[in-house]
Amino acid sequence: MAAGVATWLPFARAAAVGWLPLAKKTMPKPPVDKKSRNDEILFVNVSGLRFQTWKNTLDRYPDTLLGSSEKEFFYNEDTQEYFFDRDPEMFRHILNFYRTGKLHYPRQECIQAFDEELAFYGIVPDIIGDCCMEEYRDRKKENQERLAEDTEAENATDTPLPPHSTSRERLWRAFENPHTSTMALVFYYVTGFFIAVSVIANVVETVPCRPPKGSKKDLPCGEKYTLAFFCMDTACVLIFTFEYLMRLFAAPSRCKFMRSVMSVIDVVAIMPYYIGLVMPENEDVSGAFVTLRVFRVFRIFKFSRHSQGLRILGYTLKSCASELGFLLFSLTMAIIIFATVMFYAEKGTKGTNFTSIPASFWYTIVTMTTLGYGDMVPNTIAGKIFGSICSLSGVLVIALPVPVIVSNFSRIYHQNQRADKMRAQQKVRLARIRLAKKGTTNAFLQYKEEGGFQGRGSDNALCLKNRSSFEHQHHHLLHCLEKTTNHEFTDELTFSEMCMTESVGYRTSRSTSISSQQGVATSCCPRRAKRRAIRLANSTVSVSRGSVQELDTLQVHKTSAGPQSSRSSLNARTEDLKLNCEDRDFTAAIISIPTPPANTPDESLPPSPAIPGILRNSRPTSFTHETVKISSL
Amino acid sequence: MGAVVGTLTLQTRQRRPSSDKVDDDLELSVVCHRPEGLEKLEAQTNFSKKELQVLYRGFKNECPSGVVNEEMFKQIYSQFFPHGDASTYAHYLFNAFDSSHNGSIKFEDFVRALSILLRGTTTEKLQWTFNLYDINRDGYINKEEMTDIVKAIYDMMGRFTYPALKTDTTKQHVDAFFQKMDKNRDGVVTLDEFILSCQEDENIMRSLQLFENVI
Repeated sequence: MAAGVATWLPFARAAAVGWLPLAKKTMPKPPVDKKSRNDEILFVNVSGLRFQTWKNTLDRYPDTLLGSSEKEFFYNEDTQEYFFDRDPEMFRHILNFYRTGKLHYPRQECIQAFDEELAFYGIVPDIIGDCCMEEYRDRKKENQERLAEDTEAENATDTPLPPHSTSRERLWRAFENPHTSTMALVFYYVTGFFIAVSVIANVVETVPCRPPKGSKKDLPCGEKYTLAFFCMDTACVLIFTFEYLMRLFAAPSRCKFMRSVMSVIDVVAIMPYYIGLVMPENEDVSGAFVTLRVFRVFRIFKFSRHSQGLRILGYTLKSCASELGFLLFSLTMAIIIFATVMFYAEKGTKGTNFTSIPASFWYTIVTMTTLGYGDMVPNTIAGKIFGSICSLSGVLVIALPVPVIVSNFSRIYHQNQRADKMRAQQKVRLARIRLAKKGTTNAFLQYKEEGGFQGRGSDNALCLKNRSSFEHQHHHLLHCLEKTTNHEFTDELTFSEMCMTESVGYRTSRSTSISSQQGVATSCCPRRAKRRAIRLANSTVSVSRGSVQELDTLQVHKTSAGPQSSRSSLNARTEDLKLNCEDRDFTAAIISIPTPPANTPDESLPPSPAIPGILRNSRPTSFTHETVKISSL
Repeated sequence: MGAVVGTLTLQTRQRRPSSDKVDDDLELSVVCHRPEGLEKLEAQTNFSKKELQVLYRGFKNECPSGVVNEEMFKQIYSQFFPHGDASTYAHYLFNAFDSSHNGSIKFEDFVRALSILLRGTTTEKLQWTFNLYDINRDGYINKEEMTDIVKAIYDMMGRFTYPALKTDTTKQHVDAFFQKMDKNRDGVVTLDEFILSCQEDENIMRSLQLFENVI
């Protein structure tokens, strides 16, 4: 029921008095209305902007936040008002909705912000008034398309391969995104080259070459150098066939792949060759075969894999299908009309070219598109008059749908440009996010290293004070987690160091691997054999807590505070502690820290890379507690 | 080509009368009615100032022009009875509210009728009801008028009722009514007969008190 109707309810109930004399039974008791009927003014404070409204106004829509008892959660007893920490500009529109019953969409606001506000206040966007509904829908659709594109772009191309992809998946990726590996790039360029070669060969084939000795007639090159052309054709078709079969093999969904446009083009490009091979040297049939060769020109469409502009053009034409259809239809109508008129106008003339209406079609088309070959011209006055009308209207009919197609093309083109730009920006953004995340984690590690938990001496107190209470509580939380899992947080470099030490042996310094971090990360954990004695390189001894099962944390990186360790800047690392181990052996199990033998803090530590969340293969039965040397940088 | 030109001119010629109508509509809607002063209304009705304020705010919100015409009235009333068709009864109600009989209800009419219905004496209420039933305002309710009213009320029930509506339900109801109300059996009910009969009926008297605290 429309909310405004709520104000008429008392009137409708009063009018029910008119039924009383007719009533067959006694009327039921009216509902007891507990709340006071006096209308009061409510104060709503939205981020400092104070709104006032009647309580009745808000009560009109009882299934929204402001109309229901949900707003009591936001009631501030001290100031006797409802306080919302939201956008005051948007709230104006929301409140107007209660007042007028119509929700308007402000054009200058962001559609997502608006949607979020609506969601917060419990208003369904469907009640946006007609005046603003179209704008709202357009903007929403545009936004959703953009989001879809962005997620697609994120997922699609440049994300690193999942660690356990099959060769088939890798092959498919290589085909779809040639930039991922050099092999793919090479293959991409090779196919591009061969497409060009094939198309050029097709073209040059027909150029007349100098006739062979003894003959006067000019021969097309194709017939002169039959063998050469045949060899080139064969080579190209072999490459194309190989590529097609590879794609077919690699495709995740073969049926879908076979139905796709590109694969159809591929097939059409190579079919004529095979059909030609199979075809017998029959005179009648070879005529048909020659026409088949026309299809070889479709190889040029294979370039659309290589050229984005071509794809955009194709996509535009597809999306403008209705406009193109309309253009075609109206042109056909006009052609038929004018052809008929011209035919009958020129009927009387002797020796006229307008022999039939279909024959006049040619004249009409040539005239309407303002080509004007001049092979057919009207002679009679009437014919000339209608001919001129025909050419004038031709310009109009063609000019109409063209702007629509152009605007579609422009929109799609810009969308594509934007997609590329987004991808570039995305990389920068992700890098920044990683940096921020790393900052937090490193802050925690630094905190631990400074002995924050132990409440160490006053020299650390200064550092500790600089942290906000939020940070304190956060660090405490992380510490609790560490205690719970009996593992400790560390950072990627340290972890990779540990891996390195396992494989390489004991090392005394950790000064390497900064430049080859990437390599370390990806190849850090080669297949283990037996020993898992890990040597933890520790930076500062002050971290050691040797008494319990805690590992020394590894103070790796100081973001802003000056370098207390000689470790060089490790800024550009990703802080997500999962490793991109390509070794398949590293699957599930968390290593549990074996209880360490009581040792002096300096010398021995439980040898485990206690990293919660880092999962390594649980083959540590041969976990030895032996020599764990600590080295400092 | 001439035909094309011809159709174009035809279009423009047709458009003109409609544009006049639009102007007329604009003029009508601009005309606004303002009610009499608050004190005056308070004196004339049984509402307090605050109640009048609340009523007017709601009224003005729904009808910014200050008047309700029959179409709007029917629409509003129909929203309360989605099951059936309330337009006929709304029509009779509209006529009952429109005391000046000029096709529109102003705020004063609205509030005066409400005052009678909610805060009036039983006699006033019964009088109002009699006016509602007396469609042609001749001072008598005859069987046809009553049948129309009852039929309109049953229309509001819609098709799906329990027990199902039978063809003579209306007639039976009207007959029962006349049985009770028409004292001198002359086929019509006058105002006095109506009031007298209603006052004798306990149920009706009791029900009349039910709607007092609607506002």
